[in-house]
Amino acid sequence: MGMSLQTVLSQVMLGLNNGVFYAILSLGLAVIFGLLNIVNFVHGALYMLGAYVALLGFNQLGPLLGRPDFHLNYWAALLVAPLVVGALGVLIEKTMLRRLRKFDHLYGLLLTFGLALIIQGVFTNYFNVSGDAYDGKPEVLSGVVDLGFMLFPKYRVWVIGISLAVCFGTWFVIERTKLGSYLRAGTENPELVKAFGINVPLMITLTYGFGVGLAAFAGVLAAPIYSVSPVMGSEMIITVFAVVVIGGMGSIMGSILTGLLLGMVEGFTKVVYAPASGTVIFLIMVVVLLVKPAGLFGKEA
Amino acid sequence: MNRFVWLALLALGLLAPFAVYPVFMMKLLCFALFAAAFNLLLGYTGLLSFGHAAFFGGAAYVTGHLVKNLGLTPELGVLAGTLFAGLLGYLVGSLAIRRQGIYFAMVTLALAQIVYFLALKLPFTGGEDGLQGIPRGLLFGVIDLNRHVTVGGTPLPLALYYFTFALFCLGFGIIYRAIHSPFGQVLKAIRENEPRARSLGYKVERFKLIAFVLSSALAGMAGAMKCLIFQLASLTDVSWHTSGEVVLMTLLGGVGTVLGPAAGAFTVVTLQSQLTMVGPWITVIIGGIFVVCVLVFRRGFVGELGRLLRRSL
Repeated sequence: MGMSLQTVLSQVMLGLNNGVFYAILSLGLAVIFGLLNIVNFVHGALYMLGAYVALLGFNQLGPLLGRPDFHLNYWAALLVAPLVVGALGVLIEKTMLRRLRKFDHLYGLLLTFGLALIIQGVFTNYFNVSGDAYDGKPEVLSGVVDLGFMLFPKYRVWVIGISLAVCFGTWFVIERTKLGSYLRAGTENPELVKAFGINVPLMITLTYGFGVGLAAFAGVLAAPIYSVSPVMGSEMIITVFAVVVIGGMGSIMGSILTGLLLGMVEGFTKVVYAPASGTVIFLIMVVVLLVKPAGLFGKEA
Repeated sequence: MNRFVWLALLALGLLAPFAVYPVFMMKLLCFALFAAAFNLLLGYTGLLSFGHAAFFGGAAYVTGHLVKNLGLTPELGVLAGTLFAGLLGYLVGSLAIRRQGIYFAMVTLALAQIVYFLALKLPFTGGEDGLQGIPRGLLFGVIDLNRHVTVGGTPLPLALYYFTFALFCLGFGIIYRAIHSPFGQVLKAIRENEPRARSLGYKVERFKLIAFVLSSALAGMAGAMKCLIFQLASLTDVSWHTSGEVVLMTLLGGVGTVLGPAAGAFTVVTLQSQLTMVGPWITVIIGGIFVVCVLVFRRGFVGELGRLLRRSL
């Protein structure tokens, strides 16, 4: 079969491109899980919301403000979408998730599932399920780069680069700075950290806001590549859950690496046996559950 | 619970098709059984499966295929669908019980997604269209399930209704027996304190797996019934929306109560049929109910009622 090294490499590159989205999203889930002990089902919907902030900011915001020639440009959207969604996250945490802290963690999953249905439902009402194209891709990022073995869209190179920077930046902050040490201590023993005079509830709120802000950031990055649709989040979240089960949510670096790796495996599968590429991550999850039930980086007993 | 309450409920079930639109009633019975089967896991074993649509819809496809393309009689079709769901439950359950709590929910959701892919891609499933026009056939090769009996000028599908009702009673009876048996007590012990149950010498994994298989088989029976009633097995049946819906029904009615899931199924099915005019907004409404339920109504209807009456319902 025509499986030249070049085809393999290019599919793996495209896979890496999906992988960075898995990495950012599972990183956000891991950060939130670490401090709040909930699985944030609404993560996918907020990723979708981020993409819509970019889309609507570009197409609708100007006319809405009475200035039809105004477009919220891509770079602004990269900043605005995480802030808007992060603020929504703060609101969700303060008004709802906070009340569930003393109950079983499963209620957090159920609550965020309900929120995901609401957000997705609202967008399904106003937008086409088959999706809309985002036209705000900046001129600088159009065109292709010659990687030696293939011509790769410049935009995708940017997405991979900035995503890796954000992922490793987050890892650095959490694992190597004083602020991060508070977070990690809060994960281990919130009561004790509180006794040291640190405002743990505020820290939890901001962590949640940051986690979902990451999802929105990923959504903006995704907007020019995939079509922006109300179901883009729910399709993504289930795959990301499998990624999280494979990696285990105990480790920040673990979730980043697992995301990247699985994206590449998925790309590779497209070359070897294309029909399986949609399920390969789930099949890997099955194997991991059989061989190492706690997950690749899991600390669960 | 009181014997008279059961007799009253039985009478209600037998007379219902004369008072209520029978198709609505049958849909209700399907989802009530589905939710009751789900509750065996969530309510009595403390395991949240987020992939129960795989068993419900998977069985619907298997029954539909066997009845439509291989000419099986309906009772054998339902039996095959139930067995298939039980087998699938064994596979999914063996993997899922390797992880606890939140991970368990994610594993079941992801595994159910494989079933969804299969339902979309396998040659006999009809892809996006699903399996349509599934015949109801002759029960035991004799009784025509399509037969309508005219009562007071209205033709009623009584044969199909009583077949559905009998299956519902069978499934519900099995669940009731399981909950109130020593086996059920062990499940509750696991729900309350897994390490303690383990230290008392119970093989926790085996109990969880048996509960999972039982729950998935009965969820499959509900799906097989649904496929004969609506003569359709569709991607909706295997989608995560359906998995979420059964969670909501159970939560709304009362997790860990005998009658709760049926009450929750009644509420959700009624809402869906009454609110058809709102179109896709129904998703938003369902999501809203979810949020409200989790925040302020965690015991559900039957749970709250039980608390008022100070007894377990």
